Amino acid sequence: MKTTEYLREDKLPHIWCPGCGNGIVISNIIRAVDALNLKRENTVIVSGIGCSSRAAGYMNFDTLHTTHGRAIPFATGIKMANPDLNVIVISGDGDATAIGGNHFIHASRRNLDLTLIVVNNNIYGMTSGQYSPLTPTGKIATTAPYGNIDRPFDLCELAEAAGATYVARGSVYHVQQLKRYVERGIQNKGFSVIEALSICPTYFGRKNKMGSPVKMLEGIRDNAVIYNGKNKEEGKDKFLIGEFKNEPDREYTESYQKIIDSLKEGK
Amino acid sequence: MKSEMLQKHHIHINQKWCKGCGICVAFCPKKVLVLEKGKAKAENMEDCIACRMCEYRCPDFAIEIEVAK
Amino acid sequence: MEKNKMRLVQGNEACVMGALYAGMRFYAGYPITPSSEIAEESSIQLPKVGGKFIQMEDEIASMAAAIGASLAGKKAMTATSGPGFSLKQENIGFACMAEVPVVIVNVMRMGPSTGLPTSPAQGDIMQARWGTHGDHPIIVITPTSVKEMYEFTIRAFNLAEKYRTPVILLADEVIAHMREGVEIRTDIEVIDRAKPTPGEPYLPYQLKEGDIVPPLASFGDGYRFHVTGLSHGENGFPTNSVEINNALIRRLNSKITDHLDDIVEVEEGYTSDAEFLILSIGSTARAAKSVVNTLREQGIKIGYFIPKTVWPFPEKELKECFKTVKKVIVPEMNMGQIALEVERVAAGQAEVHRLNKVTGELFTVAEINDGVMAVINK
Repeated sequence: MKTTEYLREDKLPHIWCPGCGNGIVISNIIRAVDALNLKRENTVIVSGIGCSSRAAGYMNFDTLHTTHGRAIPFATGIKMANPDLNVIVISGDGDATAIGGNHFIHASRRNLDLTLIVVNNNIYGMTSGQYSPLTPTGKIATTAPYGNIDRPFDLCELAEAAGATYVARGSVYHVQQLKRYVERGIQNKGFSVIEALSICPTYFGRKNKMGSPVKMLEGIRDNAVIYNGKNKEEGKDKFLIGEFKNEPDREYTESYQKIIDSLKEGK
Repeated sequence: MKSEMLQKHHIHINQKWCKGCGICVAFCPKKVLVLEKGKAKAENMEDCIACRMCEYRCPDFAIEIEVAK
Repeated sequence: MEKNKMRLVQGNEACVMGALYAGMRFYAGYPITPSSEIAEESSIQLPKVGGKFIQMEDEIASMAAAIGASLAGKKAMTATSGPGFSLKQENIGFACMAEVPVVIVNVMRMGPSTGLPTSPAQGDIMQARWGTHGDHPIIVITPTSVKEMYEFTIRAFNLAEKYRTPVILLADEVIAHMREGVEIRTDIEVIDRAKPTPGEPYLPYQLKEGDIVPPLASFGDGYRFHVTGLSHGENGFPTNSVEINNALIRRLNSKITDHLDDIVEVEEGYTSDAEFLILSIGSTARAAKSVVNTLREQGIKIGYFIPKTVWPFPEKELKECFKTVKKVIVPEMNMGQIALEVERVAAGQAEVHRLNKVTGELFTVAEINDGVMAVINK
């Protein structure tokens, strides 16, 4: 399988900084799509605004680069209008959990068949390094010059609590897991959330003296706890990599189709 | 016999897309890759086990492994 | 042809009937007074025709979902009022920029802010034109009756599809909640968006000779095209080119301004020899018409001018009136918004007199009559 077959080669090289995690996440989404034999003609990529949301422009599918935070509701309209389409949403931590936070929890609740990949680089990269709802407490950002006093969300716990039926976290170090989780997320007929823990060497890394992209990847490796279903506590000061939920439930477009069918029968 | 097979793997590196971050070099379990003039280069191909970790972790879509059959 | 049926319907209900006639197959909305009946009626009717209704988590999401559905090939609508219309603005701009057909109904209520949710007003006229940022094209049409709620909703879809643009149906609370006997016409033409020619290479923003707008493929058709709110070239991909950006913004606007004769609609009465003119929209226009009819019987040379398309403003048609008209009275349920356009078009050729009401009540015939007589007797 060649990743480039799924890319718009004439748009590359991409705009992202050297060592940015976005490309790593995107190439593994593509591997997942390829592994599942999804038809490119039948697969739509929807993104919001931010560094990671530029991904849509590079991916050779029907692609929709929307407004800040709104990728999920745009995608909801697409999926409702044509449930035969595979709809994959690519968003960032600011896009999905700050400005788009409301859409995130309601899509989780509704369980419409979308696969959301949140590229979490802990910062607003596109606007040059302001803190996001996923910036850890104490970290430095251009708008948290004395250290971030906000408490971050745990994105996966948020998704679980709100009702998403598939929830997992991979990373740009744990790439095989990441690919597998995206695959399973797509396979789940319902709302799937995959957090892709990523790196922003330019802003988050530099502001917090985390060194090169390699050092940042090593940081992910060294602070990861592989989730085994019982060790949530171990991940407290570190972070868990793994599959947290895979509990299929009634899917929204199918429920709606049942209404349509019942009205037909009633004629 | 084994090394003959392995020598047939090939690492394609798209120099135009590579931004020289060094991730592929650092995490190659067999130290196959090096950075040369700010770009990745496959130097010790005979050691390559085609684990694809360089390809999977390349942020620039610049690496493709061709596995010997 | 099947004979048109007479029915007693509410304005908001007529809107949904028109939308379904025009081919609406997707509705996304959020509850807000006084437009909620549009959502309720859509939720009842859409699944009966295989369409989809969804109540989203907020107004912003409703606008986004409607655009998404349109890109997937379904005719889509959303409806709202005051505060909700404010929230929808960013994504309306997206639809302008990305050229996605979509219909937005705004049932005007008294503002600013939460204002008087159940009281009529006409305070969103400028917002309908300039609510979203940047130089953007927009078509805004304003019904004066329940019959027009039905017919103008069809027209809104037709214009949206023909010009690949969002169209705003700007009604006031009175029209939306009024019940009238309506002849439900079934002989109105329905326009569908132009689609690309199969087999030919497709650039989603390339204007071919003879076309009004570039054709619009649907997601899933196999073209694998890109849509963005960033400034983009004919291929749909972002660009920083000053030439391409300039050409895009000019084309987005000229696709409307080059077709004013098709888009602009005005109802005029007694304007050929009128010295006085009442210019108004929506429910206010109904009272104005009645005043004009009465004053004509008294021999006063007065006419009425009702923009049914409020944006683009019927400039050419109004200018024509100034050959005879010396005084214009502009009654509006706001502090004077359309009056600004009338003053601009009059450019000193005629006196423009404002008549404003912001009590949250509709104009009575007597109030307009008194206002007009004060101007005439001046």
